[in-house]
Amino acid sequence: METAVSHELVRMVIAAVLVIAFVFLNAMIMGYLERKISAHIQRRPGLMEVGPHGILQLLIDGLKLIGKQLIVPKDADKPLFRLAPLLSFTPVVLPLIVIPFGPKLQVRDLDIGLVFILAVSSLNVMAILIAGWSSNNKYSLFGAMRSVAQNISYEIPMLLSLLAVVMITNTFSMQGIIAAQNKIWFFIVQPVAFLIYLTASFAETNRAPFDLPEAESELTAGYHTEYSGMGFSLFMLAEYANMFVVCSIATVLFLGGWRGIPLPLGDYGPAIWFFLKVYGLMLFMIWVRWTYPRTRFDQLMNFCWKYMIPFALVNLLVTAVVVKLI
Amino acid sequence: MPEPCRPDSKPHRFFLNMGPQHPSTHGVLRVILEMDGEYVVDPQPVLGYGHRMHEKMAECRPWPQFLPNTGRMDYAAALPYNHGYVALIERLAGIEVPLRAEYIRVITSELNRIASHLLWFGALLLDLGAFTPILYSFDDREQILDILEDITGSRLTYCYFRVGGVSKDIDDKFVERTRAFIKRLRGRFPMYEKLVNGNIIFIKRVEDIGIIDADMCRRYGATGPVIRGAGVPYDIRKSEPYSVYPEFDFEIPVGSKGDSMDRFLVRFQEMEQSLRIIEQALDKLPEGPFMAKVPKKLKLPAGDANFSVEAARGELAYYLISDGSDVPYRLKIRVPSYSNLSLLPEMCRGMLLSDLVAAMGSLDLVIPEIDR
Repeated sequence: METAVSHELVRMVIAAVLVIAFVFLNAMIMGYLERKISAHIQRRPGLMEVGPHGILQLLIDGLKLIGKQLIVPKDADKPLFRLAPLLSFTPVVLPLIVIPFGPKLQVRDLDIGLVFILAVSSLNVMAILIAGWSSNNKYSLFGAMRSVAQNISYEIPMLLSLLAVVMITNTFSMQGIIAAQNKIWFFIVQPVAFLIYLTASFAETNRAPFDLPEAESELTAGYHTEYSGMGFSLFMLAEYANMFVVCSIATVLFLGGWRGIPLPLGDYGPAIWFFLKVYGLMLFMIWVRWTYPRTRFDQLMNFCWKYMIPFALVNLLVTAVVVKLI
Repeated sequence: MPEPCRPDSKPHRFFLNMGPQHPSTHGVLRVILEMDGEYVVDPQPVLGYGHRMHEKMAECRPWPQFLPNTGRMDYAAALPYNHGYVALIERLAGIEVPLRAEYIRVITSELNRIASHLLWFGALLLDLGAFTPILYSFDDREQILDILEDITGSRLTYCYFRVGGVSKDIDDKFVERTRAFIKRLRGRFPMYEKLVNGNIIFIKRVEDIGIIDADMCRRYGATGPVIRGAGVPYDIRKSEPYSVYPEFDFEIPVGSKGDSMDRFLVRFQEMEQSLRIIEQALDKLPEGPFMAKVPKKLKLPAGDANFSVEAARGELAYYLISDGSDVPYRLKIRVPSYSNLSLLPEMCRGMLLSDLVAAMGSLDLVIPEIDR
């Protein structure tokens, strides 16, 4: 009995360390890819100085950010100002617990896996609101207000599109949803839901063309205008981790999760397929970001309430009818 | 106790200070915005952060020594500023400029105009949140800067024109490179159209935003692409021709509604017209001297003179009063961006903050020119 408990404890510690390490690693990989790919889209070489093709640049950048002074503005609400980056970091680490990297590579396969992810990642909004409010800067507050309004609005079509898939699979468990895709991946069955989810996920992660909370030309840097050093980098880590979470949900629900042509690598084969799919989607997000201009805030909201939510509802209704008939 | 950030007694209003250091004021413009939520109630520009007393400097030195200053007002299109000043002195002193020099002036000025429009194109898209186009347009702009660097010796703040001509003749290499550039830019226009003009997000951001009608332009004295976007074909090159512009066949593109989209399209078509002018000028380029015989110490007669040129942003006018000494008694410079900026409060009242940024970008303001 006692050994079982300690086994569980060891497992949890290892999982926590791995998950947090992965968040940092992911941010470094994505930071590098984003800068390098945007550079190539813009016909310039990009990172070249540190290491071959600049691959060590992000390590150096991380060190630099850690070494920087965390400046707290004079009129800021100091406890909240310090709390906000931590709060934004937590909700993006927790979803990684239930994300299935492979058939066995998963910290915990909760029965309510999908609900857990969506519930936890909504907490992010709170961190942004706190950051915007406590900075005592009008630009930050603008960014925070926009971000909250946008995240809450876009959560609705996002949930509705995911619900359509859950109706087919009859389970919230991530492994269960992947198991249901043994014949056909759901982006073929549910193309509308897939598109709605993808669009909403751009808004959820505050990425261009919906990056209004950080609209540089209007709001300088939005809710993290006043943050420096590690405060700023925690927000960046959270943004990239959030991208990863959003793309993994898309992979699990629509692209068959870790399924793919079997590779002769044992348990790691499916994991490789999973990462390929997730990073493919993330590269797509980068590509879009560096190609399109930014929408306006009222246009963004109109798009959500006038087009995406009705479409998602109709899609849900059609799915319900079809599921009932079959 | 009243809330400190709320002006007078109107509730829900606050001030937002934009600039002088803000990513989209392109320099040191400061705009105090009275806001109601995300809506701009009253934007008031504050000037003077880049003031260098150019007009006073002109009164303190012999008139040829002021020439380098002209290139430092509008750094994005400095050659028309050179042109206006030297043409003014020539008019006052009655100097005849050789034909070749006039052709060179037109060619280089038009190249500079294209460079300026390319810079504006990238900057406007940057204001709208598209990062990539500016690097594409800078790629083209760089070619112009390289060409001009070879003959003028500088890349940005030119001081190339001289009273009576230009400082250096152009050679075959210049002609060749310019022709190659014309071909290249013509090939790039379809790409820009595809990337930007047809993009739904872009169209939604600029169409019907920041409408300026012809009457408003008249009241504020707006010129250049702003008034042409409002549908008035007012261009100094046609309406008050100077230099050798009457010898070329070119059109003045005009808009219809006067919104940001019209101003965008007008500038876009102007680049093509400038290419046409350069092409014709290169074909007709006459041989001969590039500098007139100007006495070493040129005395200006007492009197006054005015000279207007079409700079990249609109009408640039110099007015000089001479009392017969070496130093001008007064030099007044009328810059286009100043009057174009004065449109801002009326144009942007009741707009969203994001639209204000887009509308301000479509005016193509250069702040050192306003502050001079």
